[in-house]
Amino acid sequence: MRNVFQRINETAKLHVLDAQEYFVLAWTAIRFIFARPFYAADVVQQMNAIGVQSLTIVLLTGFFTGMVLSLQSSVQMAQFGATIYIGRLVTASMIRELGPVLAGLIVAGRVGSGIAAQLGSMRVTEQIDALNTLGTDPIKKLVTPRLLAALVMLPVLTIVSDVVGILGGNVIASFYVGLPSSLYWSTVWQQIAQGGFTLRYLPNDFIQGLSKPFVFGGIIALTGCYFGLNTRGGTEGVGVATTRTVVIASIAILITDYFMTQLLLGFFAT
Amino acid sequence: MSDTTFRHGDGAARGTPTNAPATRPDERARRQRERVRRAIRSELARDGAQSLADAARMEEDTPRPIIELEHVSLAFDRPVLHDVSFTAHERETLVVMGESGTGKSTILKLILRLLVPDAGRVLVDGADITHLTFEDALLVRETMGMVFQGAALFDSMTVFENVAYPLREHTSLSEEEVEARVREKLRFVDLDPDAVMEQLPAELSGGMKKRVGIARGLANDPLIMLYDEPTSGLDPLTTGTITRLIQKLQRELGVTSIVVSHDVRSSLRMASRILLLADTRMVFCGSPEEMTGSDDEYLREFLGGI
Repeated sequence: MRNVFQRINETAKLHVLDAQEYFVLAWTAIRFIFARPFYAADVVQQMNAIGVQSLTIVLLTGFFTGMVLSLQSSVQMAQFGATIYIGRLVTASMIRELGPVLAGLIVAGRVGSGIAAQLGSMRVTEQIDALNTLGTDPIKKLVTPRLLAALVMLPVLTIVSDVVGILGGNVIASFYVGLPSSLYWSTVWQQIAQGGFTLRYLPNDFIQGLSKPFVFGGIIALTGCYFGLNTRGGTEGVGVATTRTVVIASIAILITDYFMTQLLLGFFAT
Repeated sequence: MSDTTFRHGDGAARGTPTNAPATRPDERARRQRERVRRAIRSELARDGAQSLADAARMEEDTPRPIIELEHVSLAFDRPVLHDVSFTAHERETLVVMGESGTGKSTILKLILRLLVPDAGRVLVDGADITHLTFEDALLVRETMGMVFQGAALFDSMTVFENVAYPLREHTSLSEEEVEARVREKLRFVDLDPDAVMEQLPAELSGGMKKRVGIARGLANDPLIMLYDEPTSGLDPLTTGTITRLIQKLQRELGVTSIVVSHDVRSSLRMASRILLLADTRMVFCGSPEEMTGSDDEYLREFLGGI
C-alpha cells in the first residue's frame, strides 16, 4: 500500500515539475519577444507555415461547418416557422464558438504536430545542441518566432473561418431553405449588433471570438515546442512527442474555451 | 611526462586477472603485438604527429593552459565522472578515450557549460566558467567550435547557410565578407565551395557532412575545437581524411582541440596526449608513445593488441 502511495506521490511530483517547466518555457519565450536579436525572417517563415499553409483546411472546415449548421438549424426552426433566424444562429455559433475552436483544433493537429516533429527531430539529431554550442539560445531562435506567429495567425485564421462559415450558411439558407440572401445578411448584422460594441465600432461578439484564438495560438505553439524540445529516445520519441502535442493541445483548447466563455460572458453581460 | 597520471590500481582492477588463460601472453602473440606497435610508431613519425607534439612542447616550456578541469565530479542517476582533473594546453590535441558510458561526451558538455559539475571547477583560458549565467555561457561558447558525432547540420539550411550561421549570428560582417569567409573555411576542409554551397545536408555524404561541420565550427576562428566521435561511422579512407584535417587544424591554425573518440588508430595519430577514462575515473593521461609503450594490463586490453 505504501508503494502505491509512493508511486502516486512521485508521479504527481513529475507532473508538477512538467507543468513548471512548461510555464518557465512560456515565460522565457514571451520575455524574448522584447529582447534582441529579433529573428524577423523566422517569424515571417513561421507565419507562412502556421497561417498561410493552414488556409485551405480552415476554409474547407469553416465553409462546411457553416453549411451543416444552417442545414440542421433549418430543420429544427422550420417546426416553429423561425427559419428567418438561421443567419443569427449561424453567426452567433461561428463567431463565438465554432470559428475559434475549430480553427484551434485544426491548427493543433496540423501545426502543433509539425512543430513537435520538427523540434523533436532537431533534438534527436543534436541540432538543438548545435544551436547551443553556436551561442544561440534555442528558445529565442525556435520557440519565440513560432509563438509570435501563432499568436498573430490564429486570430486571422479564425476570422477566415467565421466569414466562410457564415457564407456557407448563406448558401444553404438561399438554395435549400429558400431564404433571400438580403434577409439572411440582415439577421447576421442584427446578431452582431445585438451583442453591443466596445469603443463604438468593435462588436463585442468579435472581441469574444478573437480573444480565444489568441490564447489557443499560444497553447498550440508552446505545447508543440515543449514536447519537441523535450523529445527523448530517437525517432520513436519524435512520434510520441507529436501525439502528445495533439492530444494535450486539443484538450487544453477545449478546457480553456469553457473557462474563457464563462469569463467573457460574465464580463460582457455587465 | 610530468603530467602523466596513471593509476595502476584502477587499471589493474578492471583488467583481466593475469593468471586467466584467455590473456596469458604467449611468445607468438607478444611478437605480433610488438610488430603492430612498431608499425604504429613509424606511422606516427611519418604523419608528423610525434614531431607536432614535440614542437608544441618545445615552443614554450610552460604552454598556456586553455582548458582546465579541477577535481570535477558529476552524477545523474548514477556517478558519471569522479574527481577528474586535466589540463589542455595551447595548440594541443587532447584525445579523450574510454569505453561507452564512461563520461567522455560529458566532458565536452562540461567544457561547453551545457552541464555544471556537482564538484570541482572548469576553467577556459583561465576563467572559471562553472557558475556562469546562461547568457554568459553563450558568450563563452562563441570562443569554441563543436563538431558533433552526426555533424548536426541544420537540415533546413544549405551548406552555405550552415557555415555562415555563426558569422551572421555573432559578427557584423557584410554578406560579401560572410561569403568570403565561408568559401575560405570550406576550402580549408578540402571542399569545393562552388560545388557544395547550395546543397542541403541531406545531399552530402557522411564524410562531407563532417567536413562541413568542421567548417561551421571553424567559421568564427575559435580558440578551442571540440569533436565528439569525429570518425565514427566513416570508412577507413574518410577516417584518414578527417584525422589529417584535425592535425592540419592544430598545425596551421594552432587551435586547442579536445577529441572524444573510440578509434584507437586515428587517436594515436592525431593526439598530443591521450586521456583514458574507466569506471567514471581518469586512469591514464599521457602521450601516444607512453600509451602504446605501457605494459599495464587494462591499457593493453583497451588498445586491442596495438
